Amino acid sequence: MLDFLKGPVQAMQDFVAIAGKAGKNVFRSPHYARDILLQMDSIGVGSLPVVILTGFFTGAVMAMQLARALSTYGATGQVAPVLCITLVRELGPVLTALMVSGRNAAGIASELGSMKVTEQIDAMRALGTDPIQKLVTPRLIATATMLPLLTIISDLMGMFGGFVVSEGMLNMAPAQYWNTAWKALEYNDVVQGILKPFVFAIIISLVGCYFGMQTTGGTQGVGRSTTQAVVVSSIWIIVTTFFIGRIFLNLS
Amino acid sequence: MTEDSNQPVLRFENVSVHYEDVAALDGISFEMRRGETRILLGASGSGKTVLLKTAVGLVRAGAGRVLVFGRDITALSEGELFDIRGRIGFLFQEGGLFDSLTIDENVSYPLVNQRGAKPEKPDAIENRVRETLRFVELEQTLEQYPSELSGGMRRRVGIARAVVTEPELVLYDSPTAGLDPITANTIIALIVKERDTRNAAAMMATHRYQDGQLMANYRYNPHSGDLERASSNGAEENGLKTIFMVLQEGRLAFEGTEEELKAADDPYVSKFVKR
Ligand SMILES: Nc1ncnc2c1ncn2[C@@H]1O[C@H](COP(=O)(O)OP(=O)(O)O)[C@@H](O)[C@H]1O
Ligand SMILES: [Mg+2]
Repeated sequence: MLDFLKGPVQAMQDFVAIAGKAGKNVFRSPHYARDILLQMDSIGVGSLPVVILTGFFTGAVMAMQLARALSTYGATGQVAPVLCITLVRELGPVLTALMVSGRNAAGIASELGSMKVTEQIDAMRALGTDPIQKLVTPRLIATATMLPLLTIISDLMGMFGGFVVSEGMLNMAPAQYWNTAWKALEYNDVVQGILKPFVFAIIISLVGCYFGMQTTGGTQGVGRSTTQAVVVSSIWIIVTTFFIGRIFLNLS
Repeated sequence: MTEDSNQPVLRFENVSVHYEDVAALDGISFEMRRGETRILLGASGSGKTVLLKTAVGLVRAGAGRVLVFGRDITALSEGELFDIRGRIGFLFQEGGLFDSLTIDENVSYPLVNQRGAKPEKPDAIENRVRETLRFVELEQTLEQYPSELSGGMRRRVGIARAVVTEPELVLYDSPTAGLDPITANTIIALIVKERDTRNAAAMMATHRYQDGQLMANYRYNPHSGDLERASSNGAEENGLKTIFMVLQEGRLAFEGTEEELKAADDPYVSKFVKR
């Protein structure tokens, strides 16, 4: 009767199993330092251009729209603080994570997926290596360290984008822009702004690895896993940001 | 390695493996002795790959027992399996070569990573890798990547990686799949050479009966460096028997010598012989 639930429940079990092992491996040797560094480079440095561009233009667009909306209330001076809070709390983490998800959840799933269908993952196990330790844990560690950093960069770029627009369109004094923005930030916002990308990083890397490692059906299967990884990790990012936001609202 | 030499290297007891509704293996039992050659015939999807992977614990038996070198591996953890796998070579059907690593790194991988396989001196690894690559006639590819090699060359690198630790048992999964007949024969010749140089037990899955015939009837002559037809009784004397097995949709449809295979009247089984 509940047959239709069997698939999702099984998938969830497998996912939790991989996540559990990968998490445990973080605190256990061997650590493949070279793989961690390689992944940090590919995820962190590789995503930099995309994150800088989206960050900058998000800030610029937001400032433009905010200026228009706030001018109705004669409150254009509030552009910087409102922009800053929205960026740090929500837009910075979520947009960066979505970009990195499109780039890296896909990249991870297709890389591990090709390894799965060409039996490289089986070969690892046959030749004395734990694929979770060698493939999943380095990606988890690398994403979890790089995504918060990328988010901070994206936040700063967003503020800079907003600044360029405010300067150009609103003739606001630079010192006033940065001062009001800085003062608007509370401890709570910053914690949230760092915690979110950390959680999103875990989602992106583990979802990417999970779909990669369970790929079947040759090259076609790799394409399927890649798409699924991006869709599922993006959805989870949006859903969890809501719940984290909700928890923090209760706290403050 | 104090096990007595009569002990089977590999033993399946009523082994079954299921994927959702399909039975990939269905009640398989057989026993393979030291120095023995086994040819595993079967149509595509008949369970050859699953059987070989079950033998090293890459696939878990859903029912029954698998004994490797006399040890029941059915209940072993992945960590414990690493010891057993270090004594078995495996050639993967899809190659399984790490495409981010050079040929050198690929072939030395088991020496570096497998438990108990690591020689003390670093240059011992290098020598071993060179020697093995020379054996498959690919010494010049050391610094290349798998993607730069042809299909047949990749297969040979796969063989080199499978045998570099000098395992007691080597499993070859469809070594000729996707190759032209001439390249296919050179691959089989290489497998025969490897088997006869070290006298290791070998199990080879294939859908080509010719591969099995070559394995059963030819010997490597170390003096001439060529394969030559073995007189059948001479082979028996050496204890080098070749046993054929035929898989049909996960069930063992036949097990026996080449003569018995030729005489079989089951239409599925005899289909492999008549071609
Ligand atoms: N990971 C898997 N998931 C689901 N079904 C599988 C899997 N591996 C093998 N099978 C099924 O098991 C059967 C035997 O497959 P296989 O051993 O690969 O065949 P062969 O190697 O003889 O061509 C096939 O029906 C195949 O679809
Ligand atoms: Mg196969």
